[in-house]
Amino acid sequence: MSRDTALVSADWAEKNLGAPGVVFVEVDEDTSAYEGGHLPGAIKLDWKTDLQDPIRRDFVNKEQFEALLSARGIGNDDTVVLYGGNNNWFAAYAYWYFKLYGHGDVKLLDGGRKKWELDARPLVKDVAAREQTTYTAQEPDTAIRAFRDEVVKAIGTKNLVDVRSPDEYAGRLLAPAHLPQEQAQRGGHIPTAVSVPWSKAANEDGTFKSDDELRAIYAAAGLDDSKETIAYCRIGERSSHTWFVLKELLGHSSVKNYDGSWTEYGSLVGVPVALGDEPGKA
Amino acid sequence: MTVDQSCAAPDQAAPLPASVDLEKETVITGIVTATDGAVVGGAYVRLLDATGEFAAEVVTSPAGQFRFFAAPGTWTLRALSRHGNGDTTVTAVRGVTETGVRVG
Repeated sequence: MSRDTALVSADWAEKNLGAPGVVFVEVDEDTSAYEGGHLPGAIKLDWKTDLQDPIRRDFVNKEQFEALLSARGIGNDDTVVLYGGNNNWFAAYAYWYFKLYGHGDVKLLDGGRKKWELDARPLVKDVAAREQTTYTAQEPDTAIRAFRDEVVKAIGTKNLVDVRSPDEYAGRLLAPAHLPQEQAQRGGHIPTAVSVPWSKAANEDGTFKSDDELRAIYAAAGLDDSKETIAYCRIGERSSHTWFVLKELLGHSSVKNYDGSWTEYGSLVGVPVALGDEPGKA
Repeated sequence: MTVDQSCAAPDQAAPLPASVDLEKETVITGIVTATDGAVVGGAYVRLLDATGEFAAEVVTSPAGQFRFFAAPGTWTLRALSRHGNGDTTVTAVRGVTETGVRVG
């Protein structure tokens, strides 16, 4: 993968609104954002009610994903262009889902909702109707998803990248600062994980930095290209953003997203936790 | 978002959910205004820590309001909008700290 295949610009998107075979999909943390105005023709996926299993703490399985995409009118051959608020956190999370279930052509809109709004590009409130399809998903590609036991084994051996803010990494905050902080689990990070906040990879208008800038950021953080990498955050959405950068833009061969992330790890009994600004020892 | 619109919040502050414990939380809130004093809704406000590192970002309400849950200390607020950009520095304490950001 590369920038040319994984990313589209706002100009490209505006020219391709309504193009046959191109489906724009909005995915937000604030799930009411779509109703307030969205890209003409775009449909919405709700990261919580559509993409999470309602009972188990897991995301939708293959059959649920197939039923969802069929009902929303997304076909196997469609080019899916994902975008959203929060600098594309949840759009990147959905992108990772589409890759996990083997969708052929999926892209992120560079800059997401923010750049689109700041550019004063068109937004509409009417909801596009799409004909139902019969979508077939692949078996989940676990080469891009990390589970907790693998993460514990990776301490001191693989690259662990904590993409939360420095205060969350150090254990001074338990959640991003636009959310209330009261939570039960412990603060801190996985020992030996380096801190590279997701935001290092983005410009302030939400677009991704250049490949050269991105390479320099992860090299300076001490990420060893020859090792496998696991990225995590609090619930797996910001780490999808970094997963996208490392895997899809920079083309690293083995990068996994640990979607259990800190809400799982920081609640486990019997695992090591590091506090403060340094990675800590294995 | 579940927000109690009837709570007696200060004029410049975004209303707080009833569940927020101000004994524990450090809330930074205020409004974004343009050079002519008009409130700016739909502005993107970023909270940057004392080293300039990104901590969070919210979009202002139609009344130009924003709100963050931070920690005591020095923070920079940077606003991006169609009317221009602007920033301000604030020292937050436990409870509610109010500040405004002017763009243009």
